[in-house]
Amino acid sequence: MIASFADPGQRTVQAPFGRALAALAEERPEIVGLSADLTKYTDMHVFRDAHPDRFFQFGMSEQVLLGAAAGLAEVGLRPFASTYSVFATRRAYDFLCLDIAEPRLPVTVVGGLPGLTTGYGPSHQATEDLAILRGCPNLTIVDPCDAVDLAQIVPALAALDGPSYLRLLRGAVPSVLDEYDYRFELGRAVAIRPGRDVLIVSTGLMTMRALAAARALEADHVDVAVLHVPTIKPLDVDTIVAEASSGGRLVLTAENHTVAGGLGEAVGAALALAGRAVRLGRIGLPDEFLAAGALPTLHDRYGLSTAAVVERVRQDLSGRAQRRGGESS
Amino acid sequence: MRTGLADSARNIRRYALEMGEVQGQGYIGQALGVADVLAVLFGHVLRFRPDDPAWAERDRFLLSVGHYAIAAYAAFAEAGIVEPSELADYGADGSSLPMSAMASSTPGMEISGGSLGHGLGIATGMGLGLRHRGSSARVVTLLSDGELDEGSTWEAAMACAQFGLANVLAVVDVNGLQADGATVLASGSLVGKWEAFGWTVRRTDGHDLDALVTAFDELTAAPTGPSILLADTRPGRGVPMFEDRERAHFLPVREDEWAQAREQLT
Repeated sequence: MIASFADPGQRTVQAPFGRALAALAEERPEIVGLSADLTKYTDMHVFRDAHPDRFFQFGMSEQVLLGAAAGLAEVGLRPFASTYSVFATRRAYDFLCLDIAEPRLPVTVVGGLPGLTTGYGPSHQATEDLAILRGCPNLTIVDPCDAVDLAQIVPALAALDGPSYLRLLRGAVPSVLDEYDYRFELGRAVAIRPGRDVLIVSTGLMTMRALAAARALEADHVDVAVLHVPTIKPLDVDTIVAEASSGGRLVLTAENHTVAGGLGEAVGAALALAGRAVRLGRIGLPDEFLAAGALPTLHDRYGLSTAAVVERVRQDLSGRAQRRGGESS
Repeated sequence: MRTGLADSARNIRRYALEMGEVQGQGYIGQALGVADVLAVLFGHVLRFRPDDPAWAERDRFLLSVGHYAIAAYAAFAEAGIVEPSELADYGADGSSLPMSAMASSTPGMEISGGSLGHGLGIATGMGLGLRHRGSSARVVTLLSDGELDEGSTWEAAMACAQFGLANVLAVVDVNGLQADGATVLASGSLVGKWEAFGWTVRRTDGHDLDALVTAFDELTAAPTGPSILLADTRPGRGVPMFEDRERAHFLPVREDEWAQAREQLT
């Protein structure tokens, strides 16, 4: 049983990535799947079982996994190559960068266990994958919120004539966005929930946490808006700047990633370059190697749980109120 | 036929010297050393259409050693893929012939090598993909012995054997030389290493055209898995004053020596 970050009682979908890829491959015979001894741990087994003649197992060899993905694309196939994010980025980055991204090949690198989605410690926690990859030219980077997002993202990336990196959510993946009027569009940030007091600009599973926190804060009569940013690169700067600089709201970014080099820094830079003075805070993982342990405890400890987000919003609002009080006295 | 290949090898060396003189630099030692291998590859082994570098059924030639670009351009010119007159632009700003090979710049250049240890991995995917699509095209990758230090080369070596890729042929320029001097990790039994990884291996004098033709013929006759030719070469081959010079990864050549080198060319 693969550990899930789903909250107790939450609706989930099993292996949405593998299902979406296997279904899409029925219509697109050029789609091939590759993995490096992590087939069932990246939900690629669903594709493998449905299309065994189009699945290639590379063993624990992430460099040739990505090099071969490039080679397959060079001869007209459409590879999805899965491994853990730590291996795709830290171990095989040269191959992702030079073999796939530089020649703009249509390959999707699928990274499992992005950010803090395992309690196995730094060897498995890809807390800086976005920081590494944001600097890679030509690469589209997507961080889905849930199973609904993933099911739409897979065909969108397969239709893209260029390289992409998908932060995978695997196993029993929560289903949240079907409760909202939401449709994934590559490169677009989507306002999912309006709110007068606070704007949370979030990506990946932190959008799910932001939405849960927003509901919890209704009891405090705090009105929280959520802007979901599934595409990290290219970033929808126009929408982010417009939303963040309207209404005089407290703006918090939220990401399942270190605060160094991820969404928070990207949003901060976008606002600064647009000349907008916005009170901005960042919710994300600390710039340190994280502890091993149980995921729910770790999400509490490092500030990613719904309760931690609620508390952070309260603190930041209260801090702002105190400062206003100080200014007026 | 051998006379034709010998002429080709000489032309490749001459083109390389002309490019070297244009820039006053280039990996001329390696280019002269690998010229015979390239003459046999382009004149006898590879199936390609000089006027149609994107022909779908072409054999793919992957220059894993991107710094051998000067040698590849010379071979492309001899094979009719590049106009010999274009060689004068070698290494210039905006040239289609950059000093390190780039697929985006040069017709016929399949990959952007240079970060060593990449070619065989890409060849693995191309071999898999071509076989999957029912193509009879082959993938031929030029590596160097120094490049065998890279662990990724051996990941790919295992994968090619595991997948039984009979359409993958690797060629290693064994010149005993890498950036810091003599080869470090790839010394010892290269034949034994590759055989242990499941490859069919031939090792031959990289300047003996007959031996090269025979070895390639044997490897490509009815392969059942990946095969590799280890070609022993001498940097600077064909220009006596360069052959005798101290072996160096980046052969130093004075400005006035280029004309002399062309005259010495055997």
